Amino acid sequence: MKRSKLVLVGNGMAGVRTLEELLKLAPDLYDITVYGAEPHGNYNRILLSPVLAGEMKLPEIMLNDVDWYKQNGITLHTGRKIVRIDRVRRRVVADDGAEERYDRLLLATGSTPVMLPIPGHDLPGVLAYRDIADTETMIAASARGGRAVVIGAGLLGLEAANGLKARGMDVTVVHLAPWIMERQLDRSAADMLQASLEARGLKFLLERQTVELVRGTKKSDGRVAAVRFADGSEIPADLVVMAIGIRPNTALAEAAGLHCNRGIVVNDTMQTYDPRIYAVGECVAHRGVAYGLVAPLFEQGKVAANHLAEFGIARYAGSAISTKLKVTGIDVFSAGDFMGGPDDDEIVLADKRGGVYKKLVLRDNRIVGAVLYGDTVDSGWYFQLMKEKKCVGPLRDKLMLGQSHGGAGHEGRNRAAELPDDFEVCGCNGIRKITIVKAIKEKGLFTLEEVRRHTKASSSCGSCTGLVEQILASAVGGAYQPVAAEKKPICGCTDYTHEEVRKAVKDNRLLSIPEAMRFLEWRTPTGCASCRPALNYYLLCAWPKEYKDDAQSRFINERAHANIQKDGSYSVVPRMYGGVTTPAELKRIAEVAEKYAVPTVKVTGGQRIDLLGVKKEDLPAIWADLAMPSGYAYSKGLRTVKTCVGSEWCRFGVQDSTGLGIDLERDLERLWTPHKTKLAVSGCPRNCAEAAIKDVGVIGVDSGWEIYVAGNGGIKTEVAQFLCKVKTREEVLEVAGAFIQLYREEARYLDRTVHWVARVGLDTVKQRVVEDGEGRRALYARMKEALSVEKDPWAERAAGFDAAEFRPMRFHSRDCVSGESSDERLAENLSA
Amino acid sequence: MSDWLKICPLEDIPRLGAKVVKGVGNADIAVFRNAEDEVFAVDDRCPHKGGPLSQGIVFDRRVACPLHGMTVHLDTGHAQAPDEGCTHKYRVRVDKGVVFLNLG
Repeated sequence: MKRSKLVLVGNGMAGVRTLEELLKLAPDLYDITVYGAEPHGNYNRILLSPVLAGEMKLPEIMLNDVDWYKQNGITLHTGRKIVRIDRVRRRVVADDGAEERYDRLLLATGSTPVMLPIPGHDLPGVLAYRDIADTETMIAASARGGRAVVIGAGLLGLEAANGLKARGMDVTVVHLAPWIMERQLDRSAADMLQASLEARGLKFLLERQTVELVRGTKKSDGRVAAVRFADGSEIPADLVVMAIGIRPNTALAEAAGLHCNRGIVVNDTMQTYDPRIYAVGECVAHRGVAYGLVAPLFEQGKVAANHLAEFGIARYAGSAISTKLKVTGIDVFSAGDFMGGPDDDEIVLADKRGGVYKKLVLRDNRIVGAVLYGDTVDSGWYFQLMKEKKCVGPLRDKLMLGQSHGGAGHEGRNRAAELPDDFEVCGCNGIRKITIVKAIKEKGLFTLEEVRRHTKASSSCGSCTGLVEQILASAVGGAYQPVAAEKKPICGCTDYTHEEVRKAVKDNRLLSIPEAMRFLEWRTPTGCASCRPALNYYLLCAWPKEYKDDAQSRFINERAHANIQKDGSYSVVPRMYGGVTTPAELKRIAEVAEKYAVPTVKVTGGQRIDLLGVKKEDLPAIWADLAMPSGYAYSKGLRTVKTCVGSEWCRFGVQDSTGLGIDLERDLERLWTPHKTKLAVSGCPRNCAEAAIKDVGVIGVDSGWEIYVAGNGGIKTEVAQFLCKVKTREEVLEVAGAFIQLYREEARYLDRTVHWVARVGLDTVKQRVVEDGEGRRALYARMKEALSVEKDPWAERAAGFDAAEFRPMRFHSRDCVSGESSDERLAENLSA
Repeated sequence: MSDWLKICPLEDIPRLGAKVVKGVGNADIAVFRNAEDEVFAVDDRCPHKGGPLSQGIVFDRRVACPLHGMTVHLDTGHAQAPDEGCTHKYRVRVDKGVVFLNLG
């Protein structure tokens, strides 16, 4: 079949990123041709500042060299400008008159620096700061030394000034506003930044309006020699850099009759008014906004690629943006509405001498803006909270202290920039910081997903995710955009989120994985190891009676009802309700351990006994001999209810914790949940059952029971939060069961209760489980309904169910002799 | 050919699943069946840390190792990029609903 023709105008970061995304989705759909006005491949424009400052070299900032285009079958024309679009004949015309036909056209023409239209703006020695050529010109000019004047103290202006200063020039920054970076910083942060730049030798002239660039006498060959201001004063200049802003390049689009309004106007699919023409990047106006930072442009690229690939499901809804200044040794971060309004709350930390300033703007207990100066290690965290519109009410008093004080445990370590190179970031995979930084630089990684794929860091338990994100943010600067979890698709097989999938399963009565995949237009025929277990859980949770569990979509532990070990053997943990056993049970366990030569017998943290090193094929027989129910120690489900001795024996006990623990475990056993679920019951506030770090922890007090939820003793150590106090056992069962059912119905697959409650807020949970009595009873009833169809898996398998799963095909050495292949041997194997 | 060893009827291997064949090669061999009834055979050892691939989740023409999740392409035995490594692959075919394995 003849392939369609896609032409990209503009060989920059936004356009080429779109092509990369497109090639991932539909590698063979198009013949692709790229026109770029610059004579290079695609480079990282953000890193021009480090190049100017002499900290990086040009080859280091190339993203796609000429070979990349070749390898992907893309025709690249560098140094050639498209001057006209003939929309009727669907052709673009280059500056040398050559024409190129297109079926789809992608405009990524970027932007141009704004030049003040004042006398002298076109003198030699006056330039803008935009591309490699500008950078090279500045480097060459700085080699002659002298005085540079930078007009505009925005992000780019300051980076240019810093670079020129680093190259030995005497630099003055001229700015119209009363403080520098006024679009990104409040006055306090700006003053501190200015002071620290002045300490490096930069000079500032604020509230100065430039009216003329003065031509020098013949000694300077007619080059620029001075800058004159509205008040008549003048300062000498050998080089003038204008950095007052950028303007979207829309001339080409406008001439072709495409609707433009401070950018090429596009809809949420990045389509222009001509349906064959898409546009991305700085040249675009989306919902009235033109973005000049790279992260939103990448998001646009992803959406455009989705539509070019004819998937037709992605939408761009605008981006929250954040800014970081790339001046070595100075950390500035800004995001959102950092000035705030009269009704907003401000939390401010200001340490002028120490050089630290932090301001968070809160509206209805949600972060809407942030300015950080001097200490920006928590910028990623604040930005994430802001983008997710997360309620920070419970965190308010600790918010300013940063993420490391917001929670204990491994996740707390987070001074990414200060960590030594050989610091082990990912404890699961043994990945050091230097390995991650090198991979980011050498392979041009931009996203957490890419870092995971290439280095394995943060791909196992995920507890170092925050740290990896910070390393990424410090290595790629403003190009890093954390993905808002709300919009995160389940996996690469779909663009739908967990919530959207759940809703579709419920609303459309989807009753099998293939049906769900068809309905939701999964990209892959059989999903992957991430989405299939999630789908299986969502279907089971939504339709406990109708859905037939798909064993092949469960992890091996839940398929085999035992925990796989590093050597491929399994472990067996029978249930001991509330941690209570009997001499008869212990004898049976001991006999089984001897009979099957179990190498290790261990007491678990959940108060039961683990038989380790069991062969898979022995499992059904062991279960038969044990005659005990499965402990579900392998499950994303109800594990154990840990108990202390309680009032039956303990001299301090005020409640029968053991008895309640047993009741709870009997009430909830065999329940599947989004992740593992652990409970504990203590008989007095001494809390010997460690109920404060469980998903549901119950503590007996003289007058009844206190119920705590969303604790965690693992990856993210988190103390459980008080949910309510009740008087009777029956009430504990109902509240605990309703809480777990709500977690089952609303958490994402693989969310622990701690993650889920942190997201939805304890107040919501309280309302649904404690205050709304009718709702609580309904939740509890649905939990019971789900359990009504669950049978003990070990008893079933001991009786022969699913026997094939456990039986390998065993051949004897004589079978292997090559030669005749008789039906007799086949028969023998089949009966083995 | 004489080198082909009869293994089992195709139906004995679950769709999107695998069976372990013991005692024919030097080590266990995993025989997989995907959604389209294609059959693949590789050593039952993940190139990462030796995990039993037969126990993993099968999708497309791939399997995710049950120990640490490395994905292995069943048609080549190679780990999915950017991972590196390779597990030995065997020829396998289905004839009249019966699976044959070639150790050669």
